[in-house]
Amino acid sequence: MRADPAGVLTGVHYLDGDFACGEGAMAAGCRFVAGYPITPSTEVVERIARRFPRMGGTFVQMEDELASMAAVVGASWTGTKSMTVTSGPGFSLMMENIGLAVMMETPCVVVNVQRGGPSTGLPTMVGQADMMQARWGSHGDYELIALCPQSPQEAFDLTIDAFNLSEQYRVPVLVMMDECVGHMTEKVIVRPAEDIEVVPRRLTAAPRGEFQPYRVDGRPVPEFARAGDGYRFHTTGLTHDERGYPVMNAECQEKCVRRLVDKIRGSAEQIVRFEEEGTEGADIVVVCYGITARVARLAVHLARERGVKAGVLRLVVVWPFPEQRIRELARHIRAFVVPEINYGQIVLEVERCAAGQAAVVPVPHGGGGVHDPSAICQSILRAAQ
Amino acid sequence: MSRTEIRITGFGGQGVVLAGYIIGRACAIEAGRHATLIQSFGPEARGSACSATLAVCDTEVLYPYIQRPDIFVVMSGEGYERYRAELKDDGVLIYEKDLVHPTPGAPDKAPLRLREGPAGPRAYGIPSTRIAESLGRAMVQNIVMVGFFTAVTQLVSRAQMRAAVQASVPPGTEELNLKAFDAGCAFFDTTYGEAAQSPALPASG
Amino acid sequence: MNTGNAELGTTGAGPGPADAAPEEHPIAPYVRMDRMPHIWCPTCGIGTVVKCFATALGETGVDLDKVAVVSGIGCTGRVAGYMKLDGFHTTHGRAIPFATGLKLGRPELHVTVFSGDGDLVGIGGNHFIHAARRNMDLLVILVNNFIYGMTGGQNAPTTPLTAKTSTMPFGNFERPFNLAHLAASCGASYVARWTCLHVRQLTWGLKDAIQRRGFRFVEVIAPCSTLYARLNKLGTGFNLMQFYHDNAEVRHGADTREVDIGFQDKIVCGKFVDDPRPTFLEMMDEHYRKILGDKYVPMPPAGGFIPDPDSCGNPDPNRHRDGAAASPRGPTP
Repeated sequence: MRADPAGVLTGVHYLDGDFACGEGAMAAGCRFVAGYPITPSTEVVERIARRFPRMGGTFVQMEDELASMAAVVGASWTGTKSMTVTSGPGFSLMMENIGLAVMMETPCVVVNVQRGGPSTGLPTMVGQADMMQARWGSHGDYELIALCPQSPQEAFDLTIDAFNLSEQYRVPVLVMMDECVGHMTEKVIVRPAEDIEVVPRRLTAAPRGEFQPYRVDGRPVPEFARAGDGYRFHTTGLTHDERGYPVMNAECQEKCVRRLVDKIRGSAEQIVRFEEEGTEGADIVVVCYGITARVARLAVHLARERGVKAGVLRLVVVWPFPEQRIRELARHIRAFVVPEINYGQIVLEVERCAAGQAAVVPVPHGGGGVHDPSAICQSILRAAQ
Repeated sequence: MSRTEIRITGFGGQGVVLAGYIIGRACAIEAGRHATLIQSFGPEARGSACSATLAVCDTEVLYPYIQRPDIFVVMSGEGYERYRAELKDDGVLIYEKDLVHPTPGAPDKAPLRLREGPAGPRAYGIPSTRIAESLGRAMVQNIVMVGFFTAVTQLVSRAQMRAAVQASVPPGTEELNLKAFDAGCAFFDTTYGEAAQSPALPASG
Repeated sequence: MNTGNAELGTTGAGPGPADAAPEEHPIAPYVRMDRMPHIWCPTCGIGTVVKCFATALGETGVDLDKVAVVSGIGCTGRVAGYMKLDGFHTTHGRAIPFATGLKLGRPELHVTVFSGDGDLVGIGGNHFIHAARRNMDLLVILVNNFIYGMTGGQNAPTTPLTAKTSTMPFGNFERPFNLAHLAASCGASYVARWTCLHVRQLTWGLKDAIQRRGFRFVEVIAPCSTLYARLNKLGTGFNLMQFYHDNAEVRHGADTREVDIGFQDKIVCGKFVDDPRPTFLEMMDEHYRKILGDKYVPMPPAGGFIPDPDSCGNPDPNRHRDGAAASPRGPTP
């Protein structure tokens, strides 16, 4: 369906990534946000807190990130599109209820404006070291979706996509922004509401007595009933059957969790999204995401000037990971170069998929700044030798 | 690709970030170029030395931070001392005349070639605070500076920058701010004269 | 009782075909009979509280379609799964913030938090005090058995001094919370305490609380014979009920500073606070109306859900936001 015009600030703006993310959420139809202040993400909710009262949205500043995430899961069960926003330390606290959202199949969006870590780390400076936490941070086995914007324009666009994917697959979707993109101001084009496609919550049409909250009938995702619509359904964080009732045995665990995992794995090729530049016939492919993708493209230009056949594969969706494409490339290229603002996270995935068919060269950066393009260029040149 | 790097610095409360925002907006929206603004965060944005940087480019800005600015706009002595060394040798210094006292060729720092007169000065001073006060509000000092900046650098046209001022200041204050902008431009015209040739902008890859 | 709400039509149909059906239990319409028997021990007090709550719901005539129950983890945490309402069994300690999201996402809901002492004021204590401070429109029923039951009898923030628990084998030396006082001093608009013995008063008290707004806190002292009574050699559940009979004292309006509970000491019961001050949503609405005037667009009572105009799945077009945009927030009293 088309976006609700009340939330769409159509026009050409000069906005930072945090504000653009907030605008994306409102354009996507988000009408409930719970959050707790944390640098460098707070501007997202500040923007929303100012605009929500004019469009029927409610923002509440909770007592901590545990509460913020719990409130978001609760609000989503009313059919209201819901989001929370945080950075590393708060992201850690949200893990418990991100798991609940996964288990209850609750659509919601979590934005992490990544800063340097571990612990309090570098509150005002950039990091990309929560990428594996995004994938594995909550306990138990699960799959979810994570997106990585490289600019304020993408902070807007990908936040809308995040809401749409969360509705489509009924999973929490993570927008893994970074401080640099969050605090960078650039031109952001907000299209008219009628040009913004949003995925609505798919409500069940089942008669009240026949509805079962986790019955799928062969579809990957069950139908949704809102709290208060008379279905009087039950949902739980415990392993459950199609009725949403807890069942404590291995058979139910296999059925319940297998489907949670498979609904993403089985659609991974539709969900993955990446952009390639100059990978055709390349010897070296730089795999990158977020702000590092921009710096890496500069490095690739420098390397090409020196005669190296280098290309870029930028991850727009990081989780699920584009395994198939990396495997294909590994058969044809000499090496992957993987710059990221951490000491080696996504490079592990590249290594796994390359499976020894191409060399994999990490270009780590501890955070607090972005790579020097010449450092990435040097790695490309070395890998090409 | 031509790229211009700018640093704007001052103390908290002078509107450093708004000045950067207006310049960036004028470049990105009014002039259709690409402009990436990065502002300093944390306690320093609320006091002490405050800074914003801009990378302006005809194509997409890939590297968001600046390395050596082509243009250095300074509104406080502390900001000048902190960042003066990074200005390019052939860069342009724009400063608040009453608050900043540039020291040409200071040892161990990159020397500033402060050549005065119509032959092509590289340093341009303006008493922007006094001008703003004469307009009734010291607060618009940053907009006076933006006007002066526009006249000195010709990075975008005066009309484009003026439109960015109008779109960026709080509603109800447009008239005063546009007056401040014009005063900044006018100071350049009268002080550095019609005859004074504005330098072509240095460009770097 | 509002017979219109007694329809069974949800996930669990009642037991057995009509011809063979025995007389229906009075609370069957409120309970998922297909989940019986429950997991609670013989003589556990939680079932009694559920019965009283169900009876109170019936007597108030509240629209059961609009009642949601949220529980955390623990023995009492299972309540949300047994009641035939929209029921959310959430994470340990997070029932209150989850419920806050439900309430703010759809203001017309009557949201009840039903959980235990360890869940709500141990791990979830921070949420408890802040929800009370905000006077969030939630009914919080806290079943206090002085111990962590499901995990096997560990010390709770409510365990009376000197009482034995599995993690305080020589007796508890930590001072417990006086929960009524905690809730009252944080700003709860309604605070009451009963025991499982006070079935009539508790039912009346829950009915009283359902009909009010804001953060309503009802503490129910309940026997845990399997752990608390056994570890402290207090006999059976029957003996605990006998103890409540002999030692509970009803003092409506009691100063909450004086209602703390000592080990095997008197238990002051009653309605301590009934102060109908504005709720979070009422404060917010009033404030935004004052500041923003006509520009303020409140979330409709039916919530922030934006329906797909092409969807056939929406059960009631009257609940669409356009139709409700002008009406005030929250349930009509």
